[in-house]
Amino acid sequence: MAFLTLDHVSHHYFSEKSYTKALEDITFSVDEGEFVALLGPSGCGKSTILSIISGIISQTEGSVLLNKTPILKSTMAIGYMLQQDYLFPWKTIMDNVCMGPKIMGTKTVSTTQKAEDLLEEVGLTNISSTYPDALSGGMRQRVALVRTLMTDPKVLLLDEPFSALDYLTKLKLENLVSKLLKEYNKTALLVTHDIGEAISMSDRIIVMDANPGKIAKCFEVPIELRNEEPFWVRRHPKYHVLFEKVWNELNKDDTISSTQKEVESHNETKD
Amino acid sequence: MKQRTDDALFEQYQIRVNRDKKIVLTWQVIILIGFFAVWEISSRLYWIDPLIFSSPTKVFNLITRKVIDGSILTHLQITIFETVLGFIIGTILGIAFASILWASPRLSRIFDPYLVILNAMPKVALGPIIIVALGPGYASIIAMGIIISVVITTIVIYSAFKEVNPNYIKVLQGFGATRRQYFREAVFPATLPAMISTLKVNVGLAWVGVIVGEFLVSKEGLGYLIVYGFQVFDFTLVMSSLILIAIVAALMYKVVEKIERWLIKHTG
Repeated sequence: MAFLTLDHVSHHYFSEKSYTKALEDITFSVDEGEFVALLGPSGCGKSTILSIISGIISQTEGSVLLNKTPILKSTMAIGYMLQQDYLFPWKTIMDNVCMGPKIMGTKTVSTTQKAEDLLEEVGLTNISSTYPDALSGGMRQRVALVRTLMTDPKVLLLDEPFSALDYLTKLKLENLVSKLLKEYNKTALLVTHDIGEAISMSDRIIVMDANPGKIAKCFEVPIELRNEEPFWVRRHPKYHVLFEKVWNELNKDDTISSTQKEVESHNETKD
Repeated sequence: MKQRTDDALFEQYQIRVNRDKKIVLTWQVIILIGFFAVWEISSRLYWIDPLIFSSPTKVFNLITRKVIDGSILTHLQITIFETVLGFIIGTILGIAFASILWASPRLSRIFDPYLVILNAMPKVALGPIIIVALGPGYASIIAMGIIISVVITTIVIYSAFKEVNPNYIKVLQGFGATRRQYFREAVFPATLPAMISTLKVNVGLAWVGVIVGEFLVSKEGLGYLIVYGFQVFDFTLVMSSLILIAIVAALMYKVVEKIERWLIKHTG
């Protein structure tokens, strides 16, 4: 049963003189507990999709359903993880982490304990009374992850959360996020332009085209790769096969004209 | 052995820093003394007209006499009272107006041209109207202190509000935050440094408003003493008032700087 559904969603950005079509006719659905990656060049509207799902902007056409109710009426928390952590520098780690419950008015005595437990789970202890400037980039991003998980969001939106980190930290964090999401059976949508990250973390990859942003092709990640840790996925033979397929899809612009590409993508979406 | 060279290097560094401080201080004292010395000498030797420019000894004598008989203290008190009040109310009102504008984007669009006009307008030109409306007393003078700082505070703080990173919205909106919560949790604390730095600007502006107000009302205060001294051609009185204003304004600036540092430490 589809948990999150986008049905013929389009989005225009209007300005006084003209408008741009950021998204055109996006249709896909995500099952509960599934991890879907959105992959594409910059300007293909990946982040716009996340903003629409989170309710920050509303689509100009089409509908978005979360658990059969329109997003704007939904009371379910949506967790948002961004490229930068956007921890509030004037709040302690504990206050940052407890931000969600505080906003939602569900903060109780046990909230602090839950925060401590989650921080420990991501490998951060004895830092709850320090301020964000005292932490390294990887630690801050882990705090941001805990902040997101505190409200038990049913859907996690990951907007290139690892792209500002160094390679080693990024690999470690991929493993951690992937493990936590499986453990809590979270539905997640990852926006990235890193093919390796998309393959190693997700169950399905949606490749997008730019101008206007639309779905070019979907790839199912082989079952053998899905249950591996991201680090080990990268060493699996099937990883390289899929990597090449995705790579070719992203680069086909250079070889064939865009009209042909459109025809092809329509035929191959069902792959 | 290693420890000893480290210590020696540190000692050398300290000596250098101290010497530097001494040089700066020496020059500051030289300039101060030099200024008064040149003033005194040129006045005594009639290079400048002592009737117009007075001299440091005359100013000093006048100030001590007026401090002893207490007559200048009332004027001083009144001016300080007006300035502090004008400064505080102007700043608070400015922040409040900026918050209201932020709360309603449409309201801010409506008021935009009027803010431009108010900002471009020399506020002291409103003086006579304020005095007619509020009467020739403290209220008018304090109003001058307020009006001169409130518009620029509103504009500066409002633009600081708008520059807060919109990604904080994404984080908070994910939790379903309202615009009010977003203001309280992100916008306001993020702009505290900007608010604190307007304090320093506003303390100077409040002085301008209050002195001009006292010029116009001409009843009490240091501004009044300047105008009075000018009218009876007692320039020793004018110079004394100016020196007192310089001292008090500098002290007030230092106090605001202390408050600023305290605020940064306790809110950062």
